[in-house]
Amino acid sequence: MNQSILVYRGFRYLKVAIALSLIASLFYVFHQPMQRPNGGTWLGYGLGSIGAGLIVWLMWFGIRKRRYGGGRAMVEEWLSAHVYLGLSLIVVATLHSGFKFGWNVHTLAYVLMMTVIGSGIFGVYAYVRYPTLMTENQRGATLEMMMGQMSDLDRECRAAAMGLGDDIARLVLAASQETCIGGSVWRQLRGTDPSCPTHSALVGVHTRAAAAPGDHAVALRRLVTLLQRKDDLVGRARRDVQIKALLDIWLYIHVPLSFALLAALIAHIVAVFFYW
Amino acid sequence: MAERFRVAVVGSGPAGLSAAAQAAERGISHVLIERTDHLSDTIYKYQKGKFVMGHPEVLPLRSPLSFGAGQRETVLDTWSQGIAKLKTNVRHNAEMTGIAGAKGAFRIALKSGETVEAEHVVLSIGLQGNIRTLGVPGQERPWVQYQLDDPKEYDGETIVVVGAGDAGIENAIGLSDQNSVIIINLGDEFVRSKPANNAAILKAIADGRIECFYKTSVARVEDDGIVVKTPDGEAHVKCDRVIARLGADPPRKLVEACGVTFPSQDRAALPELSPSYESNVPGLYIIGALAGYPLIKQAMNQGYEVIETILGNPVEPADEPLLRKKFEGLGPDVTVDQIIQTIQANVPVLSGLTTLQLREFMLDSKVHFPTKGTVIFQRNDFTSSFYSIVEGAVAVQFDPADPSKQVVLGTGQFVGEMSLISGRRRTATVVAHERSVLIETPRRSMIKLVNSVASVRRALDEAAMARQIQTHLSPSSTTADLAEVVASAKIAKYSRGDVLFREGDKGDGVHLIRSGSVMVSRQIGGRDIVLSYVAAGNYIGEMSPMTEALRSATVRAAVATETVVLESSAFMGLLSRSPELRKRVETQFQDRLMSNVRMENRPESGNIIQFLIEQGVGEATDVLLIDESLCVRCDNCEKACAETHGGTSRLNREAGPTYATVHVPTSCRHCEHPHCMADCPPDAIHRSPNGEVFIADNCIGCGNCQRNCPYGVIQMAGETAPKPGLLSWLLFGSGPGPGQDKRPKAGKKAEGRKVAVKCDMCKDIAGGPACVRSCPTGAAIRVKPEEFLVIASRKG
Repeated sequence: MNQSILVYRGFRYLKVAIALSLIASLFYVFHQPMQRPNGGTWLGYGLGSIGAGLIVWLMWFGIRKRRYGGGRAMVEEWLSAHVYLGLSLIVVATLHSGFKFGWNVHTLAYVLMMTVIGSGIFGVYAYVRYPTLMTENQRGATLEMMMGQMSDLDRECRAAAMGLGDDIARLVLAASQETCIGGSVWRQLRGTDPSCPTHSALVGVHTRAAAAPGDHAVALRRLVTLLQRKDDLVGRARRDVQIKALLDIWLYIHVPLSFALLAALIAHIVAVFFYW
Repeated sequence: MAERFRVAVVGSGPAGLSAAAQAAERGISHVLIERTDHLSDTIYKYQKGKFVMGHPEVLPLRSPLSFGAGQRETVLDTWSQGIAKLKTNVRHNAEMTGIAGAKGAFRIALKSGETVEAEHVVLSIGLQGNIRTLGVPGQERPWVQYQLDDPKEYDGETIVVVGAGDAGIENAIGLSDQNSVIIINLGDEFVRSKPANNAAILKAIADGRIECFYKTSVARVEDDGIVVKTPDGEAHVKCDRVIARLGADPPRKLVEACGVTFPSQDRAALPELSPSYESNVPGLYIIGALAGYPLIKQAMNQGYEVIETILGNPVEPADEPLLRKKFEGLGPDVTVDQIIQTIQANVPVLSGLTTLQLREFMLDSKVHFPTKGTVIFQRNDFTSSFYSIVEGAVAVQFDPADPSKQVVLGTGQFVGEMSLISGRRRTATVVAHERSVLIETPRRSMIKLVNSVASVRRALDEAAMARQIQTHLSPSSTTADLAEVVASAKIAKYSRGDVLFREGDKGDGVHLIRSGSVMVSRQIGGRDIVLSYVAAGNYIGEMSPMTEALRSATVRAAVATETVVLESSAFMGLLSRSPELRKRVETQFQDRLMSNVRMENRPESGNIIQFLIEQGVGEATDVLLIDESLCVRCDNCEKACAETHGGTSRLNREAGPTYATVHVPTSCRHCEHPHCMADCPPDAIHRSPNGEVFIADNCIGCGNCQRNCPYGVIQMAGETAPKPGLLSWLLFGSGPGPGQDKRPKAGKKAEGRKVAVKCDMCKDIAGGPACVRSCPTGAAIRVKPEEFLVIASRKG
């Protein structure tokens, strides 16, 4: 049966993550090092090793995900563990640092790690919130189907606009040729277009309708109906693109920064052992 | 004076060509009569470059013409050259309209009015039938055509498409992109077409892209167009081209007119033939697809054999060595003929077969020689083959808890018919009771047999009914206890959507579902609320006889369904004799009452069941469902499928309908009675013991399964080039990487060779279906029909 990654197997990995964090915290509280707590004590080295191990294991998820058909555990189980153990890294790595920060490669690694975790938290939020919104917005139509319906509506609009004058023909033509769905990252994420040619055509036709000659009334009513339909469709398509972009965008931060983190982590370890 | 030949061969497909070539080789007077101006019309009409396969590989080729797997053009060229080299006498553009006379003096009438006389006739006209023509004056004009290879060939023309079937609609829509198209419909609706085509043509007409003349027929063809008869009188339509798609006349009528009889009215029935392919008309031989041999190599062998037979030379059939090998276990002294005779004598269900049918049947079957205690099949296996007991006996262990409870079946009996009928798992374990000889026949051969030999069907139905009642209703009752129920039982058949009984009807019996499944609903507040879904192997309708009240709900067939109807009084009699059964039925009754109340209060759950049933999930054994409230649209399921299956994903995540957040993607459902299996020439589609329906390597790429699948889950795909390893992608950027570029370019070698591919539920991959295992959020699950109620009540 379907089970979200958050509740996977009765919160198994949440429990593991909490246990790990509690044990690390207890050690930290009862540990009395010679100087103030830092990564150089036995506990510091211990927590550092656990943290580094966790980072490498968390990044291994990218490999496991691409090993289609391989591995014993389901990818869902991996992701559930990835999320909770990734969060426990906040505690483990912070305690490892002993709250000592500065302008150096060590803190850089820490900041990168927290950014990766932060983007991951957004990812979890997106995965929980957006799928249902996307289904509701789609109402059974895929983006491709919506595009098809739009081009059908465009054809009907052009047919309906015949004989209604150049002014209206220009608006309708712009609506059918210049309306764009998606585009740059920013446009995708924004989900609306304030200067949408379809919307302008709808408003334009609507305002001109009052002044139009009486024998155009029937055709204009039909045109307004068609444009309103397309305007709704365009809105839904943009929303679809927006949700898809939100579901994907965080990965463009999460993944490259985790590689940067890996590099910084290696620099941190090398620096500790050679230059301390 | 008509020409007279020793042999006339009608039809130049592989069988006819081979026969004519053999006649030429042997130097006897012959003629090959072909309707068209080219040879082998069926293969000629394959699309350009199509790969023709050479199955079955085990069978040796016996023909003066050579044949090997290859492209359509190569195969046709080889044959044409062979025919020319042997100086075969071919008569083109000669359409046979009937055969009269008898052996030694047959008269073959041709459409041109001429007659060909021959001592023997070899009929090899295949199953494609004659394409119906317009049948109006002027139809011989070259721009009146009956086929359309590529709609893109025509540009800027005015084209009239005649015919409102699927072919006509598809042609009209295909042509309408570049041409001005008019479609002529004899009726006032497009009723003969698939729903998708119907919707598409109505939309094209509404949009003004295609013009339609309803209730119109073609009166004549003129120089610049056609004259049509409309309800308002005749009208002249100017056009550049007429494409008539009026279907084809099946050849059966024509063959019957030649005096040949068929064993049954079944559409799939084939004429009865002797071991040397002679029909009931002496001297008239039938070979090739019309004789039930759709594969090229078989057909070509028959062409050779039939000519040798006519010459009076005894031919050992090509299958003789194969059969001899099959029967090896019986000792060296027994001949194939003797064994065939023994089978005919010992096994009543097979005794109605002709020797030829039995030989072919045996070629498809396996012979087993189990010793005492050998397991034939296990309970819950998903196999569906049929076992006939030629010698010895087997024991059926019907109680999983106690293997000592068994029924012994002896020589001449059969087992395995229940899974054959229901398409579901085995209901009992069967072991050999002593050293035996068993024939195992695959589902397909058995179904072919049941459809063409009425006696087999009857014998199977009667025996199966008693066993089904015992297995599904009352395993502990003795045969004597059940006698009354069995005697009054009938088999009832329902099409999808048919009503078994209606709420408020008088109860007339209990239905035991032996194949298919049903949906139970009740009128609540003026709406039909679905209460449950009941699959094969269960009974329904017991409430009314038990309470002596009217039917409390309506039951409809969710898919094509067969039930065994038990008479109410006989059913109640059985209950009164068996307190244990009564207790079980009563418990089930109460469970159903409880479940009904739950469902009545949650109509949304019923809606989900109804939605799933409407998607055809009712005939599924395992279906992929996606919970869209969890699906992040990453398409990892598709990527995993493609990566584990040669680069082509067998599922389309996005396509397919959604209700609430339950999405049914386009993916194989592994139907109980797979539509794809219905017409597979090399018999390449099988069901594995775990239930997966898969296509084996001997697929010839004919595309029948793709067309037969109502759910569009089969694709034709070529082989794809291998991808670089994961690490070389990750470290050195060599591509395409995992999950990228679903179909890298096919290697040169693989070009043109396409085979059917579909979901095999990852039967060869440890751990199970890759789509489900690679879903990062747990949105994709595979569900069996029994679990629908659980899904529905969780989601509703």
